[in-house]
Amino acid sequence: MFLIKCPYCGERDQSEFNCGGEAHIVRPKNPPDLTDDQWADYLFMRKNIKGIQFERWNHSNGCRRWFNVTRNTATDEILKIYNMGEQPPIVTGIAPKTPSGETSIGSGNISTSYTKK
Amino acid sequence: MHKKPKKYSIFSLIKNAFSYHENWQPVWRSPEPKNNYDAIIIGGGGHGLTTAYYLAKNHGLTNIAVIEKGWIGGGNTGRNTTIIRSNYLWDQSAALYEHALKLWEGMSQELNYNVMFSQRGVMNVAHTLHDVRELKRRWHANRLNDIDCEWLNTKEVKEFCPIINISPNIRYPVMGATLQRRGGTARHDAVAWGYARGADAMGVDIIQNCEVTSLNVNNGQVIGIETTRGSIKSKKIGVVAAGHSSVIANMVGIRLPLESRPLQALVSEPVKPVIDTVVMSNTIHAYVSQSDKGELVIGAGTDGYTSYTQRGGFNIVEDTITAVVELFPLFSRMKMLRHWGGIVDICPDASPIISKTHINGLYFNCGWGTGGFKATPGSGWVFAHTIANDEPHKLNVPFTINRFSSGELVDEHGAAAVAH
Amino acid sequence: MNKKISFTFDGKKYSGFEGDTLASALIRNGVFLVGRSFKYHRPRGMISAGSEEPNAIIQLESGEITEPNVRATEIKIYEGLNATSQNNWPSLNFDLGSVNDLFSRFFPSGFYYKTFMWPPKYWEKYEYLIRQAAGLGRSPTKDDPHQYEHFHYHCDILVVGGGISGLYAAKLLAKANLKVLIIEQHPELGGQCLNTDSFKTHEVLIKELEEQNNKDNFKIIKNSTVFAYMHSNYLLACQKINNAKIRQIIWKIRATKVVLATGSIERFLTFDNNDRPGIMLANSARKYQNHCSAKDIKKIVIFTNNDTAYQTAIDFFYKQEVEVQAVIDVRKNSNGDLAKKAEKLGIKIFFNHAVIDTKGRKKINSVIISELDESLDKAIGRSKKLSCDLLCVSGGWTPTVHLFSQSKGILFYRESDATFIPDKSFQNEISIGACNGTFELDEILKETYSKISGLLTEFGKKIDVKSRINSEKIFYDKLKHLWIVPSNKHFGRTKMFVDFQNDVTAKDIKLALREGYRSIEHIKRYTTTGMATDQGKIGNINALGIISDLSGVPIHKLGTTTFRLPYTPVTFGAMAGRHIKEFFDVERTTPMHQWHVDCGAKFEDVGQWKRAWYYPIENEGILQAVNREVKATREGIGILDASTLGKIDVKGRDASEFLNRVYTNAWSKLDIGKCRYGLMLGDDGMVIDDGVTSRLGENHYVMTTTTGNAASVMSKLEDWLQTEWPELKVYLTSVTEQFATISINGPYAPKLMNKLCPNHDFSKDNFPHMSFQNIGIDDVHCRVMRISFTGEMCYEINVPSSYGKALWEKCFDLGNEYNITPYGTEAMHVLRAEKGFIIVGQETDGSVTPIDLDMSWIVSKKKYDFIGKRALYRSDTIREDRKQLVGILTKDPNEILEEGSQLVEKITPVPMEMVGHVTSSYYSPNLGRSIALALVKEGIKKKGLKIYAPMPNKAIEVEITNPVFIDPSNERLSA
Repeated sequence: MFLIKCPYCGERDQSEFNCGGEAHIVRPKNPPDLTDDQWADYLFMRKNIKGIQFERWNHSNGCRRWFNVTRNTATDEILKIYNMGEQPPIVTGIAPKTPSGETSIGSGNISTSYTKK
Repeated sequence: MHKKPKKYSIFSLIKNAFSYHENWQPVWRSPEPKNNYDAIIIGGGGHGLTTAYYLAKNHGLTNIAVIEKGWIGGGNTGRNTTIIRSNYLWDQSAALYEHALKLWEGMSQELNYNVMFSQRGVMNVAHTLHDVRELKRRWHANRLNDIDCEWLNTKEVKEFCPIINISPNIRYPVMGATLQRRGGTARHDAVAWGYARGADAMGVDIIQNCEVTSLNVNNGQVIGIETTRGSIKSKKIGVVAAGHSSVIANMVGIRLPLESRPLQALVSEPVKPVIDTVVMSNTIHAYVSQSDKGELVIGAGTDGYTSYTQRGGFNIVEDTITAVVELFPLFSRMKMLRHWGGIVDICPDASPIISKTHINGLYFNCGWGTGGFKATPGSGWVFAHTIANDEPHKLNVPFTINRFSSGELVDEHGAAAVAH
Repeated sequence: MNKKISFTFDGKKYSGFEGDTLASALIRNGVFLVGRSFKYHRPRGMISAGSEEPNAIIQLESGEITEPNVRATEIKIYEGLNATSQNNWPSLNFDLGSVNDLFSRFFPSGFYYKTFMWPPKYWEKYEYLIRQAAGLGRSPTKDDPHQYEHFHYHCDILVVGGGISGLYAAKLLAKANLKVLIIEQHPELGGQCLNTDSFKTHEVLIKELEEQNNKDNFKIIKNSTVFAYMHSNYLLACQKINNAKIRQIIWKIRATKVVLATGSIERFLTFDNNDRPGIMLANSARKYQNHCSAKDIKKIVIFTNNDTAYQTAIDFFYKQEVEVQAVIDVRKNSNGDLAKKAEKLGIKIFFNHAVIDTKGRKKINSVIISELDESLDKAIGRSKKLSCDLLCVSGGWTPTVHLFSQSKGILFYRESDATFIPDKSFQNEISIGACNGTFELDEILKETYSKISGLLTEFGKKIDVKSRINSEKIFYDKLKHLWIVPSNKHFGRTKMFVDFQNDVTAKDIKLALREGYRSIEHIKRYTTTGMATDQGKIGNINALGIISDLSGVPIHKLGTTTFRLPYTPVTFGAMAGRHIKEFFDVERTTPMHQWHVDCGAKFEDVGQWKRAWYYPIENEGILQAVNREVKATREGIGILDASTLGKIDVKGRDASEFLNRVYTNAWSKLDIGKCRYGLMLGDDGMVIDDGVTSRLGENHYVMTTTTGNAASVMSKLEDWLQTEWPELKVYLTSVTEQFATISINGPYAPKLMNKLCPNHDFSKDNFPHMSFQNIGIDDVHCRVMRISFTGEMCYEINVPSSYGKALWEKCFDLGNEYNITPYGTEAMHVLRAEKGFIIVGQETDGSVTPIDLDMSWIVSKKKYDFIGKRALYRSDTIREDRKQLVGILTKDPNEILEEGSQLVEKITPVPMEMVGHVTSSYYSPNLGRSIALALVKEGIKKKGLKIYAPMPNKAIEVEITNPVFIDPSNERLSA
């Protein structure tokens, strides 16, 4: 239930939006020249990143506009929102703390850090 | 070396009672990782543990390790709503899940660990003419695949589950249901623990709190892993890390057709027996059963975006509860006791990937989406075969990763509990 | 004195006073035995006075308003309240289940994993008995007569908790011209202050705030529990309303800043037989004592490891009829102010002692105390017996960090008093007071002042220095944590409860550890500690301490289990709110809907739409009605309400190019005024939609989609346009609901059109099939399309929605002489199946290509690319033995196949090899026989082949045929 700041409408609840998956996967201009593997790569294969991911979102229950979101999938924090067609921004989020990408704070999977003060 | 575990029975329980239960052995050892194994399984969930168990039991590979970053059974194995059934539409899926169901049927005895597999029936409810058509298609396919399945009309639905609301005046009335009587539920934690005990007894090292940091590949052949507890060599590595399949795959530059999404579930406070079967409705998203402890166990839908936080939106939970109250109005005054989330790896065709990869010795078992628990023993069985022989078992031939290139998908969206 | 109120517990009448909780009212009446535990059925009494209560849970009321597992400590009594104890048989007092307690040694944690496995088939029988024994209260069996609401609230600051820190924070914020909401769990503000004699400031604060309530953006909600803290400062609270039609309200709150002032919960101590009725948390006992005079309480003993319990001793000391037997303190001594005061009052204190056992089956009657050794590991010396009616226990305090932890804040472990307290915040939130580990009043006031001052600065405001409150300092000496109180019994024979409701004892935890369940999560799941209806609010910390003691792993390394929502259980009905019954889902209806209703139509749900399914006359069944409708359409005029079909207006310079890309066929050459059928694929090559698109102008089209897919097609098209092809100038507008669509079919359709619009030339030359014309009917602008989904001459009139019903009715007035007959979706299906037309979603299921449908004619070979094209040439999609669309005729013309039936070439014992399935199946009155469509492996090649549809009781012989059953040369279209 995180908030997304629609560039056209402002801050709204995530349930008003639809996620269109990873951004910057361009539909090939030359499909007939591609092998089955290459086509599958475009169509199905994803990085599915834990950490900072560039995504497409649509304000489906609002203005119905698409835009890009940079989101940390390990914490659900939104770091940057930018327009379709723009290059992905360079952003940093909370750094991963464990090899599998849990962050030191904001991860849903670790509720306590057990450090003594 | 390890000892054969003492048998569990009513007699051992009584005997131990007289020594204040102070002579029970550990269910599994906690060994230090060795330098070298014949095979390593990454992921100590149900599927990983069964893979190790069947590698040892069916293929004689006992110098193997299960590497778990947290505690065994702590991922989706310990977070699902424990529904078990095999009433899938396509022959390929039906065969795999039915193989699993048969293994469930003897699991407690095989493991000498009571997994409480309870065949109280699974009912898939139809609410529209379209649902009726689709569910009847599944019913007929199941029948001809020798998978038990019945069609119940509305009246029979009510007889089988007397508390369901069959009023014709509700928004999406009950128009019938399929019933798989052999389906049911099991105690999810016990599955992990029972297989861990069984695998451990055959010499499998179960290594918890050990996180993989990288996979070592040389000339297209996997040679080992780096972990938070040192490097471990092995020429066969099976990855069964649901929720983090892509994270591991990305370590060696493999992209998988997966999206990892939140899936939420909840239980009510415990009450005396009130619902004696599993009721699933894909159309209105209500999935309910009652645990042995008396809690209503309710599964919600997936959230529509990638997230590794094991949290989802409350709107999804609310929708599910609403559907449950619509279908079972008497539950309106019941209370949600505990809610949790997991991470499910969703595949485009809602079917799993159990497959070799282009790297020799590296195998992936992933993409079970919302429905992996029921397949646990079958998944381990065929994945063990794949790892041991470097060739898929006939049951997982259709589930290779190549299907996404060829187009030979096994589209089970209709059969999956949750519309993806 | 408050008003007297009578109530019933287990059939017996009692009376209490207004303001009593059920628990306090029962105590007033000397009733301490209120429940039985889950597993051993041990007699249990209330141990707390709040939402942390594990024991005193009851079934409230009966019939339609019954509610299981209600905490007696929370429910306020009202006249006629009727409560029943749970989980006992035949009665609370004499419970046969308590035999489990005698045999408890055979039921250690997890015993069920080790047994009930023989004979193999018997599990379900064992399970039946286990299930009967398990569960607590009973589910209601009737519909809920109450209503529930959802309220949304946005505020600058949400203060959770109306105890002293929350009250003070609220006061400091109230005049700052910010939107402030304060939520309190109990019916009254004040929290722990309500129990203090000395500090009365809270009364002033409460008065001030109550006056301010609902003014200047300041709001207080009481009787409401914040049960969830989610992302982006989204919090949920459940408000309970007594005696109203609306029973509960879920508040959905977005706050800029959250102030958590959730207080703390007292801890228990883990000693042998620590669960008897009459053993209570010290502070709760004090609360009850201050609130009501417990009947039959003469002698009390206090058992503590910290100073706060001395307040209980002091309060009871001043109570004339009660004798404070002793304070048993595990510490060597205490220099705390309260301990000193107790000592001065002459209360007997046993330092370095512990309660090592208790006596009294249904009510405590005595305690056994003993001195402890230096390291507190053993009971030494001779034990003493002290008689008592009440044992007040304090093991220290646990900050209520549930919400903080849900917000993904990081906790740290403070060794000195063994507490987990907030460390780093993840969200915009602060914790103040006891939930932040600040327990002493003067410290709480200081902390609150400074933190709220900081908070106001963030909002650009200044704190009012005059509003500062101080209090005198009370010195509390250090607590000594003792996770397992020694016993002089063998540990294996003790019953030291950690989780009361689930009957988890210290020795169960030891067993789990011994068996290798070492992770805190494994222990929780194996022993079930912390999994009862209280979710371990009291017990979890003790379990952790015990695990730490037994395993030697420090607590901070063990960590906690996850603090899950909800903080306290939340009613399903409240979560559903008004979204049930008539509001469960939107019902979309067409402008002609009422006409269908008046006509007695039966309806079918298609997506959210209600579509007329068939129109029975008198006693007609579905088959008779549909036969009649179908025949009338082929012989006279059939009229269909097709308004639900999706309609998308496509406009712009590149509209033709756009259609070229999203449909399989070519569009550039479609003349203005013409219509064309299109098939839409996903980029995986599978059919996702179909429909007719008409060219209205050079750069203007209107597309129709299937009813069910209208929204998803629109979304997908927008997706392509906005994200993949921003260079295309195309604008899409959904106009589904702007037009009503009346489909007039049959040989007399042109005649009716002539009557509707006498001045228009409906001849086939002027108005050929697959064209459209703008026609005014009664001065209403209509788009009329000559397209056909029945194979008959057909005119589809699109009229602005508001005229839909009028025009529909006019058609009937004018069409009477042609036997104009309304037909529903079922007849529509029969009519199109007779012609072999597909329905997306019925003949297709996401795995069907146009080639499979034998529709390669619509797949352009010339276009370089369109959505789905590449995927049609993958190794699997070019296979020639794929399932293909064919017609199916049963050998017996009267046999109607069941849709979804599977088809086989050979009848064998199961498993049988299936070659396809029936997608559509009907009786065709025009052919006088049944017809069906099916997808069959290599079906197109196999026409003429006899195959079978095996049913449970018989195998039906069928023949594979062409899917077009009527008028294959389309003569009727231009008859």
